[in-house]
Amino acid sequence: MDSFAYGRASGIEDALAEGSGPNTVFLAGGTELLNWLRLGIAKPERVIDLTQLTGLAEIARLPGGGLRIGALARLNDVALNDDVARGYPVLSQAILKSASAQLRNLATIGGNPFQKTRCGYFRAEEALPCNKRNPGSGCSALNGINDRHAIFGWNESCVATQPSDPATALVALDAIFVTVHREGERRIEATDFHILPGDTPHIENALRHGELIVGIELPAAAPHSAYLKLRERESYEYAVVSAAVALDLEGERISRARIALGSVALKPWRLTEAEHSLVGVSANDNAAIRKIIEGSFGEAKALTHSAYKITLAKNAAVRAVRLAARASP
Amino acid sequence: MEFRQHLTVVLRINGLDRQMRVDARTTLLDLLREHLALTGTKKGCNFGECGACTVHLNGRRVNSCLVLAASADGAEVTTIEGLAAAGKLHPVQQAFIDHDAFQCGFCTPGQVMSTVALIREGHTRSEAEIREWMSGNLCRCSSYPQIVAAVEAAIRVKEG
Repeated sequence: MDSFAYGRASGIEDALAEGSGPNTVFLAGGTELLNWLRLGIAKPERVIDLTQLTGLAEIARLPGGGLRIGALARLNDVALNDDVARGYPVLSQAILKSASAQLRNLATIGGNPFQKTRCGYFRAEEALPCNKRNPGSGCSALNGINDRHAIFGWNESCVATQPSDPATALVALDAIFVTVHREGERRIEATDFHILPGDTPHIENALRHGELIVGIELPAAAPHSAYLKLRERESYEYAVVSAAVALDLEGERISRARIALGSVALKPWRLTEAEHSLVGVSANDNAAIRKIIEGSFGEAKALTHSAYKITLAKNAAVRAVRLAARASP
Repeated sequence: MEFRQHLTVVLRINGLDRQMRVDARTTLLDLLREHLALTGTKKGCNFGECGACTVHLNGRRVNSCLVLAASADGAEVTTIEGLAAAGKLHPVQQAFIDHDAFQCGFCTPGQVMSTVALIREGHTRSEAEIREWMSGNLCRCSSYPQIVAAVEAAIRVKEG
């Protein structure tokens, strides 16, 4: 690990004033940042520790429905919060299927969406061609080992996926990331936070340098929601694919559907077409649900080794719709 | 805000206040092992993937390889060396011995620290729940059935 200078933010203003400086990064839970420092993925000169900031870890009900979760709330505290577990099972489940108990005691909900791809070429200890690590150096995964890579939204510059389970649930819930920056506050829709590779795969999210997520707002409760994570072992493993689903039901009929797939692209992937087509369909009509889901994969495109993920993602989405319908408020 | 490459931290470790001068890069794990010779906490992967470095930070189990010592300034830390009271093994340590819950023993301090926290958290309502909430501690000798048995025995001691 290269040396850096450590500073402790005493307040938000303090963090924002210094956070826009060159070669400066924020530290919250540290579960990703420390590994980036070890691998040389990040080489900051200054690290600003946010963990002493007060008032940023609360989970509070919003007037008129919904919840606001402070960015520094630890993942376990979010998942086990009664309002989250009852009102937003998709988020609670996504968190509890992430990482391990110890990691979730450190990792924060506001830091989690910043996690970087698990692509082995990106995380290699010795430098390999990777446009994310070294812009312009090429993509080793494009014609390499890419069985865990993208099926949506990739191009020749980058075929990696975003691995966050909580971010996938937040996209399905239409969550809002509330940010602050020296130049003002913003509200960013969760679905607009991560960005597809384009020609600049090293740019991973919509934030400006020095901008900080301070809270995450969830709209009205989504008790009929569920998270399905498919992986190579039962626990403490990243997803091959995952599906986050939130339904509104009138009797057994679906009146609104929101579906986000995880680990299939560089951002959680909404199946917008299927969401529209599912309105009015019976949540018990498996054949109709399957037909609609399968019909919404027109944009899916396999890499040399990732075709199986298309089948897996379709099955995951169908199963997650059924799980969400069965979830009882 | 002051930025420093070296700083002084004070942590309460196993009930004793310890003041140390550290490089900003120092992890809590390296502070314990290299500065304080508390080598019971093991360095397995140093990437948060194995759980061998599990300690309690302000009462919660964490991977000490992923915590900067600077961030833990002022915190209370319990390591495997701090569990036994007055020369008597902690019930979880005794349960691991009684149930042969290890072979090589390298992961054991982390397993034990995790188990103590797990029981306090209450995620012990079934074998499946125990396995799920212990999944952050890998055992390459694969003593998992014995570890689960030790956890279940330790719960009974606590309840009895």
